[in-house]
Amino acid sequence: MWSRANLFGTLAFIAVAAVAPALPPWLVSLATIAFANALVVLGLVILWRAGLVPFGQALFYATGAYAVALLSRYAGWRDVFLLIAVGAAAAGIVAFLVGFLLARYRDIFFAMLSLAMSMILYGVLVKTETLGSTDGFHVESGTFLGYEPRGRALNLALFWLVLGLSAVSAFVITLYFRTVAGALAMPARDNEIRLEFLGISVTRLIHLKLVISGILAGLGGALAALAVAHVDPNMAYWTTSGGFVFVTILAGVGSVAAAFVGSLVFELVRSIAIDLLPGFWQLILGSALLLTILFLPEGLGSLFYRLRRTPEKGS
Amino acid sequence: MTAILSVRDLEKTFGSIVAARDITLDVPAQQTVGIIGANGAGKTTFINMITGHLRPTKGTIRLEHLDITGRPSREITRLGISRSFQVAQIFPSLTVFENMCAAAAAAGSNGVFARVLAPLKSPATIREAEASIELFRIAAYRHALASTLPQGIRKLLDIAMAVVGSPRVLLLDEPTSGISVEEKFGVMDVVMSALKSRKLTVLFVEHDMEIVARFADRVLAFYDGTVIADGAPAAALADRRVQTLISGTKPAVEGHSHA
Repeated sequence: MWSRANLFGTLAFIAVAAVAPALPPWLVSLATIAFANALVVLGLVILWRAGLVPFGQALFYATGAYAVALLSRYAGWRDVFLLIAVGAAAAGIVAFLVGFLLARYRDIFFAMLSLAMSMILYGVLVKTETLGSTDGFHVESGTFLGYEPRGRALNLALFWLVLGLSAVSAFVITLYFRTVAGALAMPARDNEIRLEFLGISVTRLIHLKLVISGILAGLGGALAALAVAHVDPNMAYWTTSGGFVFVTILAGVGSVAAAFVGSLVFELVRSIAIDLLPGFWQLILGSALLLTILFLPEGLGSLFYRLRRTPEKGS
Repeated sequence: MTAILSVRDLEKTFGSIVAARDITLDVPAQQTVGIIGANGAGKTTFINMITGHLRPTKGTIRLEHLDITGRPSREITRLGISRSFQVAQIFPSLTVFENMCAAAAAAGSNGVFARVLAPLKSPATIREAEASIELFRIAAYRHALASTLPQGIRKLLDIAMAVVGSPRVLLLDEPTSGISVEEKFGVMDVVMSALKSRKLTVLFVEHDMEIVARFADRVLAFYDGTVIADGAPAAALADRRVQTLISGTKPAVEGHSHA
């Protein structure tokens, strides 16, 4: 089953990459943002499996985005690979630092404390003129190892970049979920006392999960900054964090692929809703979430494994 | 014979309440020690201090020559002292097999890098999980969710999880509590024969004197935070103070006030 899922993922990745040039530019841009956000959602899935709901993941998302924007603006860095690596690393460092506090909290306290942390960054961004204040600032388009695409080519290059990083992240996180640290998420959620008396520090385990999810969120933020060519404090605002929580519920935490499908569905529903009912798009999104919770409490991902299990029952 | 566990002048106070005091004893390797005492006599406090769940106010605890007083419980676990609980501490949303795999992997991996690089269900952890399931005779429940297990199986699973990772000393806090009278001896037979085969030093808290008499090599009787009798089961259970204060087989003698 492990190799089947991998094969399926690889085929889907190749198919999507190949079909991209034939797609309308708006759809390519939408998918670029959707997959960048899916990386953040993947980070939420990691914490969610351990019973933690981070309501401030925008902290790391905005850190990644602003790291890219600031380096490109003030240091003149243009190479996307370098910018993204630094963005992800910056978010990872922030996650490591706030992790010393956050990893000690659980449940609603964890959620609210992570929210508070992200709102501190939001406050700093809004009040600081050199960071662009409320308007944020423009991000110059990047170069790809010297290659400098424009217009449609840039649109596609960014998409392939996001897609490639998504594939690598999905593969690495799938492996991570099988490791001792990754697979102890459910035990950590179930019973911390037993884990402590098996010699595991649950606080350190959660700290590690925070750093991994922070890196993923930073990666997503860095990619989003390049894709939108703009950063603003809203990237750190609580509604951004709420959006990631929304997509995680929509996707479910049972599968890695669901994060990408869920994020794509979310962006599609949102842009169609805005198109159809500009004043009421939140109503449609809200209804979609309500229906998901009522009929697919384990998210869109549960559709995959339901389909996969049905034939096995017959044999 | 050198002691595997030595305790000197152990004391624990909570404000003005003395939960344990003047506890001094040595446990030689592979001994099975039954701990008896009424509720509040300090039995669980004693176990909690040895396993690092509580920090003693005074005194020292040594594992062989190593001073482990006041170390965090996960460190003490890694040094070889493991425990089970009065209320079974298991992972309810996992199956019995997954519980054992998680325990084997957790106990078997050291350091963050090992845990990030090694798969949880490695051949070694699966082998150890299977062996424990057989040893504690819970194979019939292998694929049952832990939350659905009957009480006796829960306790066995809890003890089985405490035993993976080859501890040297095992503390069982009321292994038969919550189990029906008919099942108690069966559960203890399984536990004790499993533990004997692993050559473990065992300290178990127990209220049932028949079980203590049958399974313990030595009895520690706790009263009012300290040990009032320490010896072979026959002698300790025949002790006058044990009979009046703990087992209740002799009524209190007039003039004996203990406040």
